[in-house]
Amino acid sequence: MTSTTTSPAVTTGTGRSATAVDTLRFATAGSVDDGKSTLVGRLLHDSKSVLADQLEAVERASASRGQDTPDLALLTDGLRAEREQGITIDVAYRYFATPRRRFILADTPGHVQYTRNMVTGASTAELTVILVDARNGVVEQTRRHAAIAALLRVPHVVLAVNKMDLVDYAEPVFTEVAAEFVQYATELGVPEITAIPISALAGDNVVEPSANMDWYGGPTVLEHLETVPVGDDAAEAPPRFPVQYVIRHDGVRHYAGQLVSGTLRVGDEVTVLPSGRTSTITAIDVLGRKETAACAPQSLTLCLADEIDIARGDLIVPTAAAPLTTQDVEADVCHLADRPLRNGDRVLLRHTTRTVRAIVKDLHGADELTANDLGRVTLRTAEPLALDPYSEVRRTGSFLLIDPADGATLTAGMAR
Amino acid sequence: MSTTTSPTSAFTLSHLDALESEAVHIFREVAGEFERPVILFSGGKDSIVMLHLALKAFAPAAIPFSLLHVDTGHNFPEVLEYRDRVVAAHGLRLHVASVQDYIDRGVLRERPDGTRNPLQTVPLTEAIQHHRFDAVFGGGRRDEEKARAKERVFSLRDEFSQWDPRRQRPELWNLYNGRHAPGEHVRVFPLSNWTELDVWQYIAREQIELPSIYFAHQREVFLRGGMWLTAGEWGGPKDGETVEKRQVRYRTVGDMSCTGAVDSDADSIEKVIAEIAASRLTERGATRADDKLSEAAMEDRKREGYF
Repeated sequence: MTSTTTSPAVTTGTGRSATAVDTLRFATAGSVDDGKSTLVGRLLHDSKSVLADQLEAVERASASRGQDTPDLALLTDGLRAEREQGITIDVAYRYFATPRRRFILADTPGHVQYTRNMVTGASTAELTVILVDARNGVVEQTRRHAAIAALLRVPHVVLAVNKMDLVDYAEPVFTEVAAEFVQYATELGVPEITAIPISALAGDNVVEPSANMDWYGGPTVLEHLETVPVGDDAAEAPPRFPVQYVIRHDGVRHYAGQLVSGTLRVGDEVTVLPSGRTSTITAIDVLGRKETAACAPQSLTLCLADEIDIARGDLIVPTAAAPLTTQDVEADVCHLADRPLRNGDRVLLRHTTRTVRAIVKDLHGADELTANDLGRVTLRTAEPLALDPYSEVRRTGSFLLIDPADGATLTAGMAR
Repeated sequence: MSTTTSPTSAFTLSHLDALESEAVHIFREVAGEFERPVILFSGGKDSIVMLHLALKAFAPAAIPFSLLHVDTGHNFPEVLEYRDRVVAAHGLRLHVASVQDYIDRGVLRERPDGTRNPLQTVPLTEAIQHHRFDAVFGGGRRDEEKARAKERVFSLRDEFSQWDPRRQRPELWNLYNGRHAPGEHVRVFPLSNWTELDVWQYIAREQIELPSIYFAHQREVFLRGGMWLTAGEWGGPKDGETVEKRQVRYRTVGDMSCTGAVDSDADSIEKVIAEIAASRLTERGATRADDKLSEAAMEDRKREGYF
């Protein structure tokens, strides 16, 4: 072998080659028995992402339950309780690649009691696949999934109308379901919707175009996943650099963090929030490479011209595009914990790398929020926060509410 | 805005850059939020990549953590030699928890099949309690196994190190909640979103040295349970098993008693990458006897506090 050294200082930057493929993070959601796990299994299987030993394990397990064809749902239902009950309980992450793109899939459960898991999957997704059963059409869960996609600002939504084989592959069934969904989701603010008629069980329009639906001229699910634009939303948003950690070395302070949006350059005038002190970027180091500029989502260290007090939890932003700081937070929320959130609750609020105390001031008409509730909250924080509207910058517009007693994650928040 | 607009396409991160940035972000979150973190370091490729990422995350300063190795007593000598060399080269602090010690003291008993993988849980848990580690970095990847696919990046463990998959904290955006009570700790998985191929491509790109057993070499092995195991004092070969010399390499590195070699002529990183890309078996399916015990073998071990 041609081994050299474990020194981290030898990066060449060759990772940014012309052949680099990008990654699509997407999530799937559907009601119980809509065939979501089967769709995921089909995507993995037909894109040849399932390896022989995994398939053998599924075949063994299916046979031992008396099923004559392999139950592809068993590929993703990884917990004993899930296999026993035949349902997905928790988010499972799957990884697969085609020659055109790499995929990180958050496979999320659809039942209303697992809305929080769907919110979790959607929080990092650039695309959501929402499944409906062609026989049932748009049901309450479908509307809920559309609402979550809209709330979490998932840029792309696919409506997969499944089980077309059970409605004789009839075009009018698909057209009616698609029209109803598109109207509903568009009103909620979902920016882009693609409806695809499929049969996950039979494989129609999942990877291969269906021979049973000549009337459909659009892409298969996989073709769409391979070609949908992967957003450079973060790179184009205003620059935001939450300080994670201060590295002191030879009397120099290096501010370490991940640039969560935008582009920063050496020479930029910056403001440190919440203190409001200003300085100039003198150096950018991207994991061993000196650079004159960096963009989201690179991890890097910054050096500044002036010795000012900066610690974990501070936010470095361009002086010309700084967000306002506030102690009064208005937000859309999804409540995650089993214990309810009530007016007057004292909580911790985690925003980027900063954690502050906060009080729930207003639940806007609700007596309390219980697990899986979507709602709206007004909070008062003990210290000012530099929040962006979630609609403008996902990473600096999002926060968690945490129970100070036991550290449990209570609520996911999206600043208005 | 003080920045001029630039074509963002010039800045599109490759998938390896994106994975690297995410892992470094995770390391720095832990450094900022915890008192006594530790990196689990076995000398396997995943822990070697973790160490490399940690070195980059805190350069030019040193890593603000120590390392912990759970030594099964059946480790490959090439790997132990590698471990000690890397620790010395970077001036790191290494803690070793020894399964052999526990067996010698009568606390743990050797299993009939000689496999020591499940025996690592108690020494690991006691080392965490003894040193009061509050964050423990593991090299586990979600693509390895279907129970691991459900794992969080920050995974809370009670004082028995137990994992309760039904009661995991929701993990949204890149906001990791590491709050824990005294006695509890958090397992942290910076490589959660990496695949085996990503790990190898990153090793190639960063020119990271690995223990030699990852590359094709001549070795005396015998066949057990469909896998080529290294002959040795740990308990093989037994009746009816015959030793032969074959050209093999290891796809994973763990306890000698349950880690199998694969037939291979891949003697360079490039050939290894080509071999993995063409393989029709997962690395655990190809090389880990302990995962074949039952459909929920990994889930059960994780519940008990395994890596």
